Amino acid sequence: MAALVLPDLDVDPRTLGDGEAALTAFLRGLPGVDRVGNERRAAQLATRSLKQDTKRALIDLAIRTVDLTTLEGADTPARVRSLCARALRPDPADAEVPPVAAVCVYPDLVATAAEAVAGSSVRVAAVATAFPSGRASRTVKLTDTREAVAAGADEIDMVIDRGAFLSGRYGAVADEIRAVKEVCGDAHLKVILETGELATYDNVRRASWLALIAGADTIKTSTGKVSPAATHPVALVMLQAVRDFHLMTGEPRGVKVAGGIRTTKDALRHLVLVNETVGADWLTPDRYRIGASGLLTDLLLQRQKLRTGVYGSADRVTLD
Amino acid sequence: MSRFPLDLGSPGWEYAPAPEARTVARLDAGAQGRLFIGGTWQDAADGATFPTHSPATDEHLADVALAGGTDVDRAVAAARAALPAWSGLPGAERAKLLFRLARMLQERAREFAVLEVLDNGKPIRETRDFDVPTAAAHLFHHAGWADKLDHAGLGPAPRPVGVVGAIVPWNFPLLMLAWKVAPALASGSTVVLKPAETTPLTALRFAELCEQADLPPGVLNVVTGAGATGAALVRHPGVDKIAFTGSTAVGKDIQRTLAGTDRRLTLELGGKAANIVFADAPIDETIEGIVDGIFFNQGHVCCAGSRLLVEEPVHDLVVERLTRRIGTLRLGDPLDKNTDVGAINSPAQLARIRELADVGEAEGAQRWTADCPLPERGNWFPPTVFTGVSQSSRIAQEEIFGPVLSVLTFRTPDEAVTKANNTPYGLSAGIWTEKGARILWMADRLRAGVVWANTFNRFDPASPFGGVKESGFGREGGRQGLHAYLEPSADRGGIDG
Repeated sequence: MAALVLPDLDVDPRTLGDGEAALTAFLRGLPGVDRVGNERRAAQLATRSLKQDTKRALIDLAIRTVDLTTLEGADTPARVRSLCARALRPDPADAEVPPVAAVCVYPDLVATAAEAVAGSSVRVAAVATAFPSGRASRTVKLTDTREAVAAGADEIDMVIDRGAFLSGRYGAVADEIRAVKEVCGDAHLKVILETGELATYDNVRRASWLALIAGADTIKTSTGKVSPAATHPVALVMLQAVRDFHLMTGEPRGVKVAGGIRTTKDALRHLVLVNETVGADWLTPDRYRIGASGLLTDLLLQRQKLRTGVYGSADRVTLD
Repeated sequence: MSRFPLDLGSPGWEYAPAPEARTVARLDAGAQGRLFIGGTWQDAADGATFPTHSPATDEHLADVALAGGTDVDRAVAAARAALPAWSGLPGAERAKLLFRLARMLQERAREFAVLEVLDNGKPIRETRDFDVPTAAAHLFHHAGWADKLDHAGLGPAPRPVGVVGAIVPWNFPLLMLAWKVAPALASGSTVVLKPAETTPLTALRFAELCEQADLPPGVLNVVTGAGATGAALVRHPGVDKIAFTGSTAVGKDIQRTLAGTDRRLTLELGGKAANIVFADAPIDETIEGIVDGIFFNQGHVCCAGSRLLVEEPVHDLVVERLTRRIGTLRLGDPLDKNTDVGAINSPAQLARIRELADVGEAEGAQRWTADCPLPERGNWFPPTVFTGVSQSSRIAQEEIFGPVLSVLTFRTPDEAVTKANNTPYGLSAGIWTEKGARILWMADRLRAGVVWANTFNRFDPASPFGGVKESGFGREGGRQGLHAYLEPSADRGGIDG
């Protein structure tokens, strides 16, 4: 078994091959995460003070990185169209507010969304692979993905098989990611780790590397259906994985935090984590996303407050 | 996918200035700069004063009374006079006053935090999140002891040690004050406090707090001044105990002076702590711990992890990660809430750091310095790392007391222990490994008063802190710390621990 040392920076983990043994040895050889130290560092970065121009720029950046999401059983085409309108122009009263990065919907509503945002910079993301539990056959998951891509999804948010991961079948998890990636074609693949079910930071680190090695364009914290979700310490571990993967391979991959981010303050603290862990190069919607629904309202109200000095009622912005 | 333009003003991301308001420190407030003796504010008997400056800007902050022998006499006499009534109070009454002081310090935390920044040069992030809250925590902790001294392990009704001469350093002016004043007052002792010459202001402000809290006159007295004032206090026959935190050289002088007297002494002196990193360490948290260990408070920390001992296979990785991380530290205006590294406390200290860093280079170690611009005014030294340091090098042996880290390597746990212990000091040590059994094995063998495992520079009032060898003796914090201010009520054959 490999020594518990961060793999040499000259090693390219993408060349481990398809064998489960090599992958398992690599993942088990990753350095551990000290829970206390990790949470302390995340808490320390949360004390950064963001003022004036920095705050203004970061609120706009946060808006540009939002994956505006609706993932309800009660979703209808009308609701999705309404969401898309808001994604394109978050604040009808202020044309300077940038559009969000993407809308995120269930696969059956992809066509509706794609039509609504056609011709704009807003992407359509679909949660696929039997979201959120992932408890379905490989055939069902691939079909789910294939249909979403065919309907016009630019991005696929898949879930990993947490059962397989927790029982140590890393090869099975990686195979499934590779299979979905193949079906995705040109669509951008975000791999949801569902960190709330992985429970330990060591697992979050292993799952992050596993997903990166298997070809994830972006690793994503959570489905939003399980709590805890996008906590700062979890985001920190995932950003470290992306940073180290980039150092080792030269290839930049993305991170998406999703679940439980409801306030501007929290979103900005996540951006601080990005800035101070992996660097400002990641502060772009290509490499960083915040999955949210309610957050946008607070971002817009805080943006208005910077201009007017008043934090308005929620009725000052449109809800969807 | 297209790259979206970033309108952040620069390729990186600069935080807009977020300065804490300096007016909060109330620099021109009433009794500023006078001695606090017997509950009254007094000028020095000979009218002498000395200036105190902001290390970050060289700005003149205040003129402070320079206490001479007469003033120290008066202060000791006031403490002696206050002793019977104070030690005679029921413990619960002393507790009430200590709790009140702790709460008042919390209420005025911002004021103390800013004042400490101005006088000391350390960043507001640290005074706000560490110095002031930890000082308050010590007051709370010892307030709780005041009516429970029977359970301190010294038998029923232990006696207070009497008049305490407390001499505190400039690196944590308010916190070191609290470490000494809180247990002393809880025990029923009275105190004459001598803050450091370069950082007298928070001690005087604390005296103001005591006055407002209705602490009886004479229970706490503050005499400001330099070495001569401290020496007068040490030599004073009316003092029952000296509690000193500072350099080993001065500590030895004090011990010589007190030898043959019945005055008690505790010393918390210098250190050259080994921070020991094994190959299986949790690397990201280890890097943070190394940074906390040596760059916290600009390295002005007696227990700083100034010698990094790294297991050879991970030396290059650790150094690479560490320098990358240090490159993100933000050095500058200590009042800015986003500043990580502040100013060096005094020109004299800066000169010493420079001298030792030059020695390190001359002795053949490789010097790496963070690429950060230094402000034009004030005392500044950039975070610096020396690699290729040998055990015999001066920068591996002498306390630098600045943001300078010496990196050495080891091959086996035995070698790590041998190298870690091979210093005249013995204050603290750190161990970084995922292997629990190894932590215990190492901790048993390290000759240091404090051993941290997978963390560094963590303090708690319930945990005794202090050194062995030339790092001093006596403990501060916890029950052991309380013993330094108590005596058994009858001859019970010593401390039962």
